[in-house]
Amino acid sequence: MNDKKILTFAFMDPPFESERTITFFRLLDAALEKGAHVRVFAYEGAVALAFAKQQTHGNAVHGRDNAAENHPLTKDWILALQKKAASKALGFEWINCGLCVDERGVNEVVDGCGRGGPPDLWRYASEAHNTLTIGTR
Amino acid sequence: MKVLQVIDQAYRTTVEEQDDAILWLTRSMLSAGGDLMVLLTGHAVHYAVLTRRQPALILGEWRQTEPAEIHRDIAGLVEGGVPVYAVLEDLQDRGLEKLEVQSHVQIVSRQQIPSLYEQADQVWHW
Repeated sequence: MNDKKILTFAFMDPPFESERTITFFRLLDAALEKGAHVRVFAYEGAVALAFAKQQTHGNAVHGRDNAAENHPLTKDWILALQKKAASKALGFEWINCGLCVDERGVNEVVDGCGRGGPPDLWRYASEAHNTLTIGTR
Repeated sequence: MKVLQVIDQAYRTTVEEQDDAILWLTRSMLSAGGDLMVLLTGHAVHYAVLTRRQPALILGEWRQTEPAEIHRDIAGLVEGGVPVYAVLEDLQDRGLEKLEVQSHVQIVSRQQIPSLYEQADQVWHW
């Protein structure tokens, strides 16, 4: 880890239910764009953001098949941000609350995302320049 | 580092998680060495006047056996060294100010909130 700032994010919302999720990912992207290392603690429904079995689908109402619909998946956004961070020599760490994962059965996560608990959030926050919490509503 | 946990939303996940998720998070980080305070604002001031366990959910033959005990969780936080505050005006707005507030909870006015914020290195608004 170099002398760039670390920003920690704690997020609670699940995929596909709130515009806060989009805003959250845009903030992560912006943080990387500004040269900050990013650390994420995913809590409650947010642990499903990294679920590896998310699948795209076609949409008859849209008149598009699976390929054409190219449905957004949050796991792909995480992978894209990991790639962006790597290209800028920045850290991009992601820890899911393990108990929240177990409750939801979303144990299979994309590479680069780990399992942990509240002590990890405290460690992330203690080492960061600042922490942004986004609670569900 | 001292963190002020501001809880504004009440009864969020309390049935499924059998607690308040942010109170639980606070207790968990306390065990990890966290230096924390809790401020109940908005609807979350309801927690300050709770005296009973939450009612058990019953769905068909399924019955919840361990519903949330938020008043116990707040007492546990205070016993663990985490001060818990509730905003007087938010109690008044909801007609709760005449109910007995848990002895563990300290009542503050909105005017006192800035001084609470100043005591913390970070304020986490949930």
